[in-house]
Amino acid sequence: MTPFVDFQHVSLAYTDALARAGEYAVEDVTLSITQGEFVAIVGPSGCGKSTFMKLTTGLKMATRGSVKVEGQPVTGPLKIAGMAFQAPTLLPWRTTIDNILLPLEIVEPHRSTFRAKRDEHMARASKLLATVGLSGYEDKFPWELSGGMQQRASLCRALIHEPKMLLLDEPFGALDAFTREELWCVLRDLWTEQRFNVILVTHDLREAVFLADTVYVMSKRPGRILSRREVELPRPRELETTYTDEFNRIVLELRTQIGHVRST
Amino acid sequence: MTRFAERTAPFALLVAVIALWEIICRVFNVSEFIFPSPSQILQATIDYAPVIAGHAWRTFWVTMTGFGISIVVGVLLGFLIGSSRMAYTAVYPLMTAFNALPKAAFVPVLVVWFGIGIGPAMLTAFLISFFPIMVNIATGLATLEPELEDVLRVLGAKRMDVLMKVGLPRSMPYFFASLKVAITLAFVGSTVSEMNASNEGIGYLLVSAGSSMKMPLAFSGLMVIGVMAMAMYELFAVIEKRTTAWAHRGQR
Repeated sequence: MTPFVDFQHVSLAYTDALARAGEYAVEDVTLSITQGEFVAIVGPSGCGKSTFMKLTTGLKMATRGSVKVEGQPVTGPLKIAGMAFQAPTLLPWRTTIDNILLPLEIVEPHRSTFRAKRDEHMARASKLLATVGLSGYEDKFPWELSGGMQQRASLCRALIHEPKMLLLDEPFGALDAFTREELWCVLRDLWTEQRFNVILVTHDLREAVFLADTVYVMSKRPGRILSRREVELPRPRELETTYTDEFNRIVLELRTQIGHVRST
Repeated sequence: MTRFAERTAPFALLVAVIALWEIICRVFNVSEFIFPSPSQILQATIDYAPVIAGHAWRTFWVTMTGFGISIVVGVLLGFLIGSSRMAYTAVYPLMTAFNALPKAAFVPVLVVWFGIGIGPAMLTAFLISFFPIMVNIATGLATLEPELEDVLRVLGAKRMDVLMKVGLPRSMPYFFASLKVAITLAFVGSTVSEMNASNEGIGYLLVSAGSSMKMPLAFSGLMVIGVMAMAMYELFAVIEKRTTAWAHRGQR
């Protein structure tokens, strides 16, 4: 089976001058992700985790090495991906539901039929909102929602066009602990149901271990993959799992590696 | 402070200022050739009402036409320099230099080109008022969050999509804020031009009233132009509140 995402010795420098100086944001990254796999990338601040995401979606081109998605070399923005960030980045002049429909106004094939199928889309967006617990908030504006609610809406926007790949850049970083854990479960359920690929960039090791199949640890600049850890905890995982010895052993193991990264 | 008091405060202050003005003029017996009292100004306004109305109408439509041109040009230029880095770097310094020129100094040149009359007044109103509109549209477009752009670009959005879906709506509050500034500037432009090169309009009325020592009439002209500019300012403030309420949510 060909891997869904395949990185072979990928390096990226943001400018030509940096490339000549040998200053890479990520360096010699080799990894492959299978269809439907939930991958988490952890590492210290500024280690190129976000750069890795931009490479995967084709927002940035590799300086060296090759990036393939579904067996095809990536040559430009992918169009099969959905993204969410730490800031919800919802548009304040659109209601929640209009925010969620935004991708459909842009991505083909929905774009050309958007007006004709508006009711159908609305129904789907409402259903998606219901699955993240935002029923009844369709016509509220983003600034009428709490931070956690905005982040849920942002997840919906990333998923409305049924992308094959969901890229999350510290999506729960700005939330309080309880809301964060609640959203872990929301994401877990969405993923269990739809089985899209997820690449989750995070600082939070518990988050990574709870959600992911595979955790990659990156070193600080230049970002390299230091280790790959498969999380063999059985699914479905409940929040109680996070208090088991097994869970904590894996978190500690990852933490030790990060600590090691810091001290060098 | 209650809502009622907050609403009526500006009017109360206005009445107080007028009353004080009237009292000072009467108590110190100030000559109307130096500083007319509000009642004398009112009298002049009533006496010359048809004349003032004619001049006011002329100034009004000339200003609004010039202002209309400046909206069109300002939005187009703002869109251009806000959406392209290259255009921004190329155009901005030139525009800043142009904006630093006193627009009243253009009037003699415009007179040579377009003759005495509506041409210079309209164009002065335009020249003085398009700059803030352009700058605000450009700023709104240029300060787009990169994350938001990424979200749209991974969907295959073209630069134009990003500008139309996000850039333009986002710069609307900036746009309306600039209209409020620009409309008052436009009245300055047309009036100054009329003072120098016109036989009609409030600007002309001011000069001719002043030279024939009809001070109450001159003051009446000032009042009229002030009222017109303020009314248009309020109009745009209302439109702004209606259309971009999302940007003013803190003030509710």
